[in-house]
Amino acid sequence: MKTKTGLGIGFFASVLFLLFSFPQLSPVTGLKVGDIAPDFQLKSTSGKMVTLKDYKTAKGYIVVFTCNTCPYAQAYEQRIIDLHNKMEPMGWPVVAIMPNDPSVQPGDGFDRMTERAKQKKYPFEYLLDEGQKIFPAYGAARTPHVFLLDKDRKVRYIGAIDDNADDESLITRRYVEEAIAAVEKGNEPDPSLTKAVGCMIKVKK
Amino acid sequence: MQKIWLLLVLTTGLGSLKAQQVFESFDDFAPLLERTQTDTTYVINFWATWCGPCVKELPYFEQLNRSLAQRKVKIILVSLDFRKDLETKLKPFLAQRQFSASVAALVDSRQQLWIDKIDSSWSGALPATLVYRGDVRTFKEGEFDDFEELQQFVLGFFDPKN
Repeated sequence: MKTKTGLGIGFFASVLFLLFSFPQLSPVTGLKVGDIAPDFQLKSTSGKMVTLKDYKTAKGYIVVFTCNTCPYAQAYEQRIIDLHNKMEPMGWPVVAIMPNDPSVQPGDGFDRMTERAKQKKYPFEYLLDEGQKIFPAYGAARTPHVFLLDKDRKVRYIGAIDDNADDESLITRRYVEEAIAAVEKGNEPDPSLTKAVGCMIKVKK
Repeated sequence: MQKIWLLLVLTTGLGSLKAQQVFESFDDFAPLLERTQTDTTYVINFWATWCGPCVKELPYFEQLNRSLAQRKVKIILVSLDFRKDLETKLKPFLAQRQFSASVAALVDSRQQLWIDKIDSSWSGALPATLVYRGDVRTFKEGEFDDFEELQQFVLGFFDPKN
């Protein structure tokens, strides 16, 4: 008898769960590996308006959604600089986009971005996703979040830069570099999708 | 036996983090996500001291813990703080806050291997909350705006007869 009641409650809970949780499911939006990513025109801390078309000789683009304030983005800041310095000469520049709403996260305002870029001598463009149209189109969910595009803007890899945010000396996989090497050889990156802890992108409620 | 183990691991209310509550490996942490043989509801919140929205919603979990004190519920606040910050940031934070809910820290940096195991829809962004009882699970990425939203989220796991 008890078991039956338990089952009944379980069933009831399942139905409620379905009812309540459906609107909570994260919407399946944004880019998947294989999709063509949209170009954009965004204001850079360098003073320029930047579009991917501007990179005439690029073989692809390392689009990184990142910001000033997130500790994970900070943990990866130097690695993003290093990644650009290593890969840009090979035709794969970093294009950094700051997706947060500065009215929610003042530390990510354009002035603060410019300050940070100058202070750390960013060798790549650091763009503001003004109006927050680009990060949802890409499906960026956190900072930092990488979208590796080939020269046709086809998405080849989505995810983390490497497999250890905590300790650079313990990295065993450099996902972005490995993905670029695979694309250059005409192969599909493996993995083509990784996950990592990061900060929610800040949006006004 | 399982219950005794749980009691050992999840000693509550002391505001400080014991060595046995720091999970170096996800494999050791995973059993907390698999206690499906009881009628206890588990509310597992993933947070970090560096995460503003997480810190803002922690009081809602405390309030939930108080309001469900008579129910079979276990609230576990799982810190994903950096390992290097455990002593310098997490412990002082816990000492100051004195949470009544259980606190654990998961410091397994092989995130790619375990994020999907918590929920396949999770991007890895914080905060995130998993609620389960038996085989019924629900998951949310992102913060709760207020206590009522959190309460609504777990309501389905408690009906008046239970």
